[in-house]
Amino acid sequence: MLSENAVKEINELTSKYANRRSAVMPALTVVQKELGYITEEGMRDVARILGIKPVLVFEVATFYTMYNKKPVGKYHIQVCTNIACSLLGAEHLMDFLSRKLGVKVKETTSDKKFTLSAVECLGSCGTAPMMQINDNYYENLTDAKVEEILNNLR
Amino acid sequence: MFEPVLLKNINTPDSFTIDAYLKSGGYEGLKKALEMSADSIIQTVKDSGLRGRGGAGFPTGLKWSFISKDPTIAKYLCCNADEGEPGTFKDRVIIEKDPHQLIEGMAIACYAIGAANAYIYIRGEFVLGAQRLEDAIQEATAKGCLGKNILGSSFSLNMYVHRGAGAYICGEETALLESIEGRRALPRVKPPFPAQVGLFGKPTVINNVETLACVPHIINNGAAWFAAIGPAKSPGTKLFGVSGHVNKPGLYELPMGTPLREIIYDYAGGIRGGRAFKAVIPGGVSAPMLIEKDLDTPMDFDSLAAKGTMLGSGAIVVMDDTVCIVKTALRTHEFFHHESCGKCTPCREGLDWLVKVLRRIEGGEGKEGDVDLLLKLCVDIFGRTFCPLGDGAVMALRGAINCYRNEFEYHVNHKRCMV
Repeated sequence: MLSENAVKEINELTSKYANRRSAVMPALTVVQKELGYITEEGMRDVARILGIKPVLVFEVATFYTMYNKKPVGKYHIQVCTNIACSLLGAEHLMDFLSRKLGVKVKETTSDKKFTLSAVECLGSCGTAPMMQINDNYYENLTDAKVEEILNNLR
Repeated sequence: MFEPVLLKNINTPDSFTIDAYLKSGGYEGLKKALEMSADSIIQTVKDSGLRGRGGAGFPTGLKWSFISKDPTIAKYLCCNADEGEPGTFKDRVIIEKDPHQLIEGMAIACYAIGAANAYIYIRGEFVLGAQRLEDAIQEATAKGCLGKNILGSSFSLNMYVHRGAGAYICGEETALLESIEGRRALPRVKPPFPAQVGLFGKPTVINNVETLACVPHIINNGAAWFAAIGPAKSPGTKLFGVSGHVNKPGLYELPMGTPLREIIYDYAGGIRGGRAFKAVIPGGVSAPMLIEKDLDTPMDFDSLAAKGTMLGSGAIVVMDDTVCIVKTALRTHEFFHHESCGKCTPCREGLDWLVKVLRRIEGGEGKEGDVDLLLKLCVDIFGRTFCPLGDGAVMALRGAINCYRNEFEYHVNHKRCMV
């Protein structure tokens, strides 16, 4: 069950739109913030709060890549692998992170601390290579910088 | 030296706050606009020659003029801040460093088209940007620049931030509308165009961040001022994001029509490490690449169209001679394939096939005739879909084969890369 606060937040979000259904995306964000990922129960809760069929929530949750359908680590490392970053060493960055964390892409470390993902362009091409960890961008990355970032999170 | 307009505030301390913005003359354009009629604002924007900075280059004033004048019909403005075309990082800078510039432009646009509600569709990954916008909307409302009876006038406007959640297709305007309405972002068939049937079925204008950020300056300085910058048919100030193998990657604000060579060599410091230039994508990955002989092309809508490519978002991706064009094409098309929404068969299945063929060519398992097969697949995708995603993928691939067919052939014939 979603917390009372989450339910309240979702209800408030509906005032931004011409109909309640339109609040499904921000509602899923609330679910993810609260539970860490999107559970089936969470989706059913959203459907109930918004007064829509569960399938209308499922189809949105599965369409957009930022809704995690599986649990992710405390720190979700998303490495941009698109053109500008790949020209400037995204592949090496990914290998380096993979070695340092001891996991492959799409995997989570056994202590559940880090999940490593490859993502498409994050709009930070002038500061490539880069990665996003949770809400923050880390840009102009070098091995030394990555090492330091990981050490600070460990 | 061109004096920056859109980026003039970004280096001042706390440039994202309303106090900093007001100090730099912010919201004067809105004040002036509220004393004008809606029609005269639209005429001013038309006269300025402003064309959409999201990529299509459609005349902004004309787009606004399509909106019904019937005051009993609700209208919407949506700002497209889904910046996702690989290579592009301009709107993020405006949003994070000078969000009030965008909000002021949106308020003027809403007044001109008679919209009482506006949405900013920002890609989900821009967490800081979304926060800056939420804060800026609150600040602007507190100062009377948004909300009820703006600056003492009879005009009222509510502005909302809608965050995306990771889907390139949301940059397509009708997919963006679907997404705000809480659905999967599948593009709609046009017509009807959003100007007639848009958000929640109402007349809607969708403009890019940079386009809207130009508006306060046009109102403040006049249409003639803007029209005098750069070429007559696509005038104005323009943000160019330079990335890839240059010494000084970054965002440069220059007159539209600045030659590509000047941007790469004079502003972005030329090719890094003393290497040789190989190719450049002039407008985000959907834009066909250009080579050395094209470098004197002026960076504007019409000059690039004449070269068979496009200005797109003004995202310039520079590649040096270490780059394998086949590998770049593979990575680019894996992206398009991943981002295809799946609605139209030619795009969904065609891109899957393109990627498979590209992958085997790149992996040294290409078959004779594979390059022609790629081109044949392009024919089967191009122009056969609801939205331009498939077309963009085709244009990019045709451009790469056009410039470097020998590299594709070499991969097929020698089972390895020539670079």
